[in-house]
Amino acid sequence: MLIGHYNYWVVVALMMLGFFIIIAHGNLIKKIIGLTIFQTSVFIFYISIAKLDGGSAPILAEGVSDYSNPLPHVLILTAIVVGIATTALGLAITVRINEAYGSIEEEFIQKQDNQT
Amino acid sequence: MAAPLCLFLKRPKLVWLFTCIVTALTFLISVLLLQQVITHGTLVYELGGWAAPWGIEYRIDQLNAFILCIISGISAVVAMAAHTSLQKELSKDRHIYFYMLYLLSLTGMLGIVATGDAFNVFVFLEISSLSAYALIAMGNDRRALWASYKYLIMGTVGATFILIGIGLMYQMTGTLNMHDLAQRLPEVSQTRTVFVSFAFIVVGVCLKLALFPLHLWLPNAYAYAPSIVTAMFAATATKVAVYLLIRFTFTIYGLSFSFTTLPLNILFLVLGLTGVFVASVAAIYKNNVKHIFAYSSVAQVGYMIVGLSVGTAAGLTATLVHIFNHALMKGALFLALAGVMYRLGNVQLSGFQGLGRQMPLTMAAIVVGGLSLIGVPLTVGFISKWYLVLAVIENGWWPVAVLILLGSLLAIVYLWRIIEMAYFKPANEHSETVKEAPFSILIPVWILVIANIYFGIDTRISVGIAQSAAQSLFGITP
Amino acid sequence: MVSVAVAIVWMKDLIAVVMLLGIYGLLTASFFVAMDAVDVAFTEASVGAGISTLLLLVAIAKTKRAEHPVRHKPMLALLVVVVTGGLLIYGTFDMPIFGIAEAPAHTHVAQRYIEDSYAEVGIPNIVTSVLASYRGFDTFGEVVVIFTAGIGVLGLLTVSGGTGRRNQEITTKKMHEQHKVLRIVAKILIPFMLLFALYVQFHGDYGPGGGFQAGVIFAAGIILYAMLFGMNTARRVINQTLIQLIAALGVLLYGAVGMLSFVNGGTFLDYSVLLTDPIAGQHLGIILIELGVGLTVTAVITIIFFSFAGREEIQDYRNDTGA
Repeated sequence: MLIGHYNYWVVVALMMLGFFIIIAHGNLIKKIIGLTIFQTSVFIFYISIAKLDGGSAPILAEGVSDYSNPLPHVLILTAIVVGIATTALGLAITVRINEAYGSIEEEFIQKQDNQT
Repeated sequence: MAAPLCLFLKRPKLVWLFTCIVTALTFLISVLLLQQVITHGTLVYELGGWAAPWGIEYRIDQLNAFILCIISGISAVVAMAAHTSLQKELSKDRHIYFYMLYLLSLTGMLGIVATGDAFNVFVFLEISSLSAYALIAMGNDRRALWASYKYLIMGTVGATFILIGIGLMYQMTGTLNMHDLAQRLPEVSQTRTVFVSFAFIVVGVCLKLALFPLHLWLPNAYAYAPSIVTAMFAATATKVAVYLLIRFTFTIYGLSFSFTTLPLNILFLVLGLTGVFVASVAAIYKNNVKHIFAYSSVAQVGYMIVGLSVGTAAGLTATLVHIFNHALMKGALFLALAGVMYRLGNVQLSGFQGLGRQMPLTMAAIVVGGLSLIGVPLTVGFISKWYLVLAVIENGWWPVAVLILLGSLLAIVYLWRIIEMAYFKPANEHSETVKEAPFSILIPVWILVIANIYFGIDTRISVGIAQSAAQSLFGITP
Repeated sequence: MVSVAVAIVWMKDLIAVVMLLGIYGLLTASFFVAMDAVDVAFTEASVGAGISTLLLLVAIAKTKRAEHPVRHKPMLALLVVVVTGGLLIYGTFDMPIFGIAEAPAHTHVAQRYIEDSYAEVGIPNIVTSVLASYRGFDTFGEVVVIFTAGIGVLGLLTVSGGTGRRNQEITTKKMHEQHKVLRIVAKILIPFMLLFALYVQFHGDYGPGGGFQAGVIFAAGIILYAMLFGMNTARRVINQTLIQLIAALGVLLYGAVGMLSFVNGGTFLDYSVLLTDPIAGQHLGIILIELGVGLTVTAVITIIFFSFAGREEIQDYRNDTGA
């Protein structure tokens, strides 16, 4: 029972770390890195669902009867792409913010906004 | 239906025309679709020719056909005004990108509403939100960038939450198709995993929805985005999120699970009402008119959630009617503001002095929209408030009904500030030259305003469809 | 892996953090291999360890390197995180045991993919057949997402006019002189990279790979070229408008395949009707849409990289003083 869920707990731990970075850190790039970790942990979770004991990679071959579940793999392929798209756009906005405010720290930006 | 877009034309004017034609066509198709659904019942379209749980299907019932019409209709009208308004607010070389993103986000929203597959929802959600982030960041003010960044972080966290929820659901049921999920979930509905998946999906959707404690990204994002973008998103984006919430709580998890096993209705009721009050009070203290209306949007979302929390067909009808009506009012209001923006260059409250005489038509539109927001009879706002109060009273929740009416009083306060400025203060000396907004903005504004009044008097269409959609949802879910 | 993530939390130097993130991506990829998800591992390796690291580095070069040490309200953040984590752990208690064959995830929909996909689609790689055929519409959405991101970045970062041209020429020259060995190695390497990308593109039906991975590798080749030979040379070789058109073309190709099957009497993206033999039709359809995916991904990643790099002119000065 304990062993059976070990994998998921690692996922949760990673997820929490990523989430913590997003909330607690003020640096905009660091936040995006946190977002990446957060998303990746979800990917690992999906792939863990797909794993089958004794199964092999889902490419049909002679003499293999057990395959891991291909569906989550497909979903995660899509999700990875979505993730990188978000990262790219987030970084683009960050670069623009740095140009407009001269800083990528949450506090400084907030302070400048409050002044105007 | 599916993504008829992305043609490259070099000159912005042509791209604009193309956008208008596409959105208008989409609207037409949606209306036809709605008619079909009403006469023939639910339509199912299997993408790729694979049957439902294996392939992805579009499943159109009355509920989403109704929402499709709202979204495509509003975006078609808003697109008409886009060309003029953008000239003042966006540098020329970015116009093409603007229209492309506009269409992409429309595609995303339509996709979310039309699809019958849970994972597909996530993909389209990301299409519409990625384009939304970019559109908001295009605003002139540098605060637009910051608002957009915040939205991006919040939105992505929300989307990832939804992804976790979908993953957990898949783990327990082995399927991603909504219809299939609805059938297979009851077997496992007592497991903790399903509770958690539900919690994650609700929180994720509420982030997108800007429901009260999770609304922080919305006001700034609306206030600093280009006016056209604000008009579009205020009228459509939150509606899509409400739709998702309805879909997940009613169709997939089922009413008995959402409202009986979990105390979701009380949670929604409390959050919805708090949202109404906190946001309305915040609106009273704001000086940027876009801010005022953005906060009022948060408040209106509160009303919709209250309607959901009632948990009866009448309550759901009220929510649907309000979705429809709120789209009309906010579309009209923000478009009228786009007109003000065009002439004044900003929408600070102080700049509104004397505008009642200088821009009579635009201001009249704002007044009608505002009255509608308050819920004065003969406007659409009255209809939705009426149904909402009826639904609440039917359930015997008298205090809630009183609170809803009190919320409307707060709306009077913040709208009065605008009207007072515009009609009872003399014009600023240096703003004497301000003229009426150009026709290309006025016409779409007045289309929406007239729709506001028309649907406020003749409620057969909006209420009728909402009612039957709500009833059919309750028919499906035992 | 957890330790790497913890290190990321504490590190202040952003470059080091990004490097760790790259390692993290590679670890994730190897984990995926252990979990039998070769296709995903391939993608994660190229995206997590490759492209996203690269993008982050470019973005850091454009902004600032060190993180400001102020940390505000970590207690609140910790609380939120712990509550969410606790909820998830709570959820895991009723999950089916890891790797067990009876889990509903394995017994319902997935069963058919494994058993029938070869007969219905005719491709040994199940992931590809699910991706491109059964759930082809998701993949279409994915291409549109990446396209959206490309357009979004363009809309945000386009620089109008050539104010900083001169500046750029100087940096370019510097690069040229400094890295002769690198350039020669790269000259040999790049053709192979592009070739490998093509192999991945068209071999996706049989082994791991496909349009997306191929696109990433292809784009990596172009970016390497741009980095070593200077932006301007690369711009001359790869025209900006052309590449935008390619990005759109990829999406359109995908859509056109869908519409074509629509016209031929099937539903949207039903490749069986493309040719008289349904299996051959499926095959053709998959190759075409993979090509569409590959085109768009290559183009968009290149666009994103160029737009970031194009900002350099404005940033150079500030960067020197800041770092």
